[in-house]
Amino acid sequence: MKVDHSQPLEYSTEQNRLNILGFWIFLGAEIALFATLFASYFLLRNGTGSGPSDGEVFVIDTLMIQTFLLLTSSFTIGLGVHAMRLGRKTATINFFIVTLLLGLGFVGVEIYEFTQYIDEGLTLQTSGFSSALFTLLGTHGAHVTFGLFWGSFIIYQLITRGLTPETANKSFIFSLYWHFLDVVWIFIFSFVYLKGMI
Amino acid sequence: MEFFDRFAVPNPTFTIYASMVAIGLTMLAILVGITYFKKWGYLWREWLTTVDHKRIGIMYLISALLMLFRGGVDALMMRAQTAIPDNTFLNAQEYNEVFTTHGVVMILFMAMAFVMALMNFVTPLQIGARDVAFPRLNALSFWLYFMGAMLFNISFVIGGSPDSGWTSYFPLAGNEFSPSVGTNYYMLSIQIAGLGTLITGINFIVTILKMRAPGMTLMKMPMFTWSALITNLIIVFAFPVLTVALAMGTMDRLFGTHFFSIDNGGMDMLWANFFWVWGHPEVYILILPAFGIYSEIIPTFARRNLYGYKSMVISIVAISALSFLVWVHHFFTMGQGALVNSIFSISTMAIAVPTGVKIFNWLLTLWKGKIEFTTAMLYSVGFIPIFTIGGVTGVMLAMASADYQYHNTMFLVAHFHLVIIPGVVFAMIAGLFYWWPKMFGFMLNEKLGKASFWAIAVGVCLAFFPMFISGLDGQARRMYTYSESTGFGIWNMISFIGASMLAIGFILIVYNIYYSTRYASRDISSDPWNARSLEWATHSPVPDYNFAITPEVQSLEAFWDAKKKGHKLFKGNYKEIHMPNNSGVPFIMCCFFFLLGFALVFSMWVVAIIAAIGIFSCMAHRSLEQDHGHHISVEEITKTEEKLGGAKK
Repeated sequence: MKVDHSQPLEYSTEQNRLNILGFWIFLGAEIALFATLFASYFLLRNGTGSGPSDGEVFVIDTLMIQTFLLLTSSFTIGLGVHAMRLGRKTATINFFIVTLLLGLGFVGVEIYEFTQYIDEGLTLQTSGFSSALFTLLGTHGAHVTFGLFWGSFIIYQLITRGLTPETANKSFIFSLYWHFLDVVWIFIFSFVYLKGMI
Repeated sequence: MEFFDRFAVPNPTFTIYASMVAIGLTMLAILVGITYFKKWGYLWREWLTTVDHKRIGIMYLISALLMLFRGGVDALMMRAQTAIPDNTFLNAQEYNEVFTTHGVVMILFMAMAFVMALMNFVTPLQIGARDVAFPRLNALSFWLYFMGAMLFNISFVIGGSPDSGWTSYFPLAGNEFSPSVGTNYYMLSIQIAGLGTLITGINFIVTILKMRAPGMTLMKMPMFTWSALITNLIIVFAFPVLTVALAMGTMDRLFGTHFFSIDNGGMDMLWANFFWVWGHPEVYILILPAFGIYSEIIPTFARRNLYGYKSMVISIVAISALSFLVWVHHFFTMGQGALVNSIFSISTMAIAVPTGVKIFNWLLTLWKGKIEFTTAMLYSVGFIPIFTIGGVTGVMLAMASADYQYHNTMFLVAHFHLVIIPGVVFAMIAGLFYWWPKMFGFMLNEKLGKASFWAIAVGVCLAFFPMFISGLDGQARRMYTYSESTGFGIWNMISFIGASMLAIGFILIVYNIYYSTRYASRDISSDPWNARSLEWATHSPVPDYNFAITPEVQSLEAFWDAKKKGHKLFKGNYKEIHMPNNSGVPFIMCCFFFLLGFALVFSMWVVAIIAAIGIFSCMAHRSLEQDHGHHISVEEITKTEEKLGGAKK
């Protein structure tokens, strides 16, 4: 394995560079995936049938907590990658742990929010609107949950193997994923919640 | 026993029981055969665990041929049923199942697999790479496709086949009108195979963008590689739409959601739109690699360089962009209104322009060429007129107001078969004959190959031209029978004769493979066609590492110029080569995918959860394992090169 020291660790080998480009293309596919989910949400938004509509169920409290948690986690993972570039292993690990804890909080609040919806009579099976809403939010939430597991595996490897071209590459790619989920959340925040509450 | 009742086929007939026995016996024969010849170890080491793009390509090829058989039998049954009026060979339910599986198998499991086979085998060789960017993911792609295809095919004998058309429009495909598990199979098997395709898309884009031989700029790439690049870009942006649509369809059927229902705020047209937002680009996912193959074969056997290389590149890029903007033309009659129909009508016709540019480029490549009619060339030349007929009728269909007459008639069936068969199938067969010596080190028999061409070319015209007439006369597609007074009988009988000729053509190809495997000379050069691109610069069959020395490219037709102008492709000495290790994890993971799909089809939640845990365990294993591949030493390379006929300089 040839290591190019003029590059940051995560870009230092040929395979690493391929991995990062590949992941960017994967994110392109993810954009298409979420775009489809958003499109179906917009189309089905008024299809409430006999169930409640978006304005009737959305609550500002959980929304603000979720947004705060996820946006902060994106900031902390940025700090984590910065620490990694400086070669500071412990700081990297700690920032990653904070990120995952914030993500865990986000998922927790989201689950709580879903139970609230169900209490108000909005379940997955209620209407076209509810199906699209739960699927859009659920797909995002499932991505975050998957990220929690993925991130834990990376933290474990950072602890046991230290900062190597391989672990740095994985951490960097994970940070791309995490930022992407943040971007998706901003769209959900604006076009699902704000639009529904106005 | 109640538990097992769900696996029963809802409309069992003698044919289905016979198939069960046949499938059971075949499976048994395969298992006994492998055990008897002690091939389990070989199978596992050389094939099930391989990450080599060439072997994966060959596995795609074998699967595609198997699926061609399955889809072809479906087609023959349909043509046999409609050959005479009021026929009772198949009943309505069987006919529905047969046309549904014919469509899905041919497009998703045959044509796609065939495209993947040639793309896998050829692309890395054409760009002078050792393998694809992510060899392990490549194996995963194949096994996902394979398990998806197998899951789809067992539906026939376990639980019942899907019967709502390959388009599975809702509400027809919903639980109310399709109560059997057939449509669950459709949703889940295509989902699994589709994941594999998406992964391939990512893999090949990175491979082509990043792993080209030194000197090969984008505009020095062979046309097939260009078409592979654009195809994979389309895959990456089109397949997620299918993923979402299938997931929604699955949820509607299994969890009672209301995406595509007609009550409680659902929207049935959403499925039709999503399906075709994916489905139309899918057509170009199939046809662009085919165009790429023709652009390789025609210059090779016309002994001229490809006319209008730049315009070829521009037109495939234009086609790929337009392919996302035409999906509504599949349902002009479903109430969008005149303005929307007009827009999509015009965008559809616009596709004919870049396609026409390509046709003229091929013709001008042939112009004044010293044409050599090999089998591959025959298919390529035969493609041009037949495809043009299919294409021109496509422009007829594109006129929204006229489409009210053609919609859902046999006219449409004739149109798309006359573009897909000469477009995709001819290209795949031509590619098979063309690259066969590179894959296996011997050539397919030319005499048998040419015979197969004439059977297939005449067969396809006989099978589909009559449908234009019966379609214009009002014969609707997907009708299992018709009365004698309609006068469709004669046209359908001619179609049946054509279909039988097609079958003979495909049998000849299979026999050709058998015959050539036994009798063809192994003493061929690495460049039997006097070809132009880099894959012919290495040995046949290709060694594991593809090229002993990474080639350096100076011109568009790198290998041709190396032969004619004395460009030096291979400079320097052998160096150690780094290669990826084999792995059984992709195969095991996909077995879990199969189990997951099967469990979801029958709503067996515990099994589904176990299978999902299996999948995640494989991913966890991949995350934790450290695999740096292995190195092939200089001595080993020297030895292999000497054995294969001396170092190529």
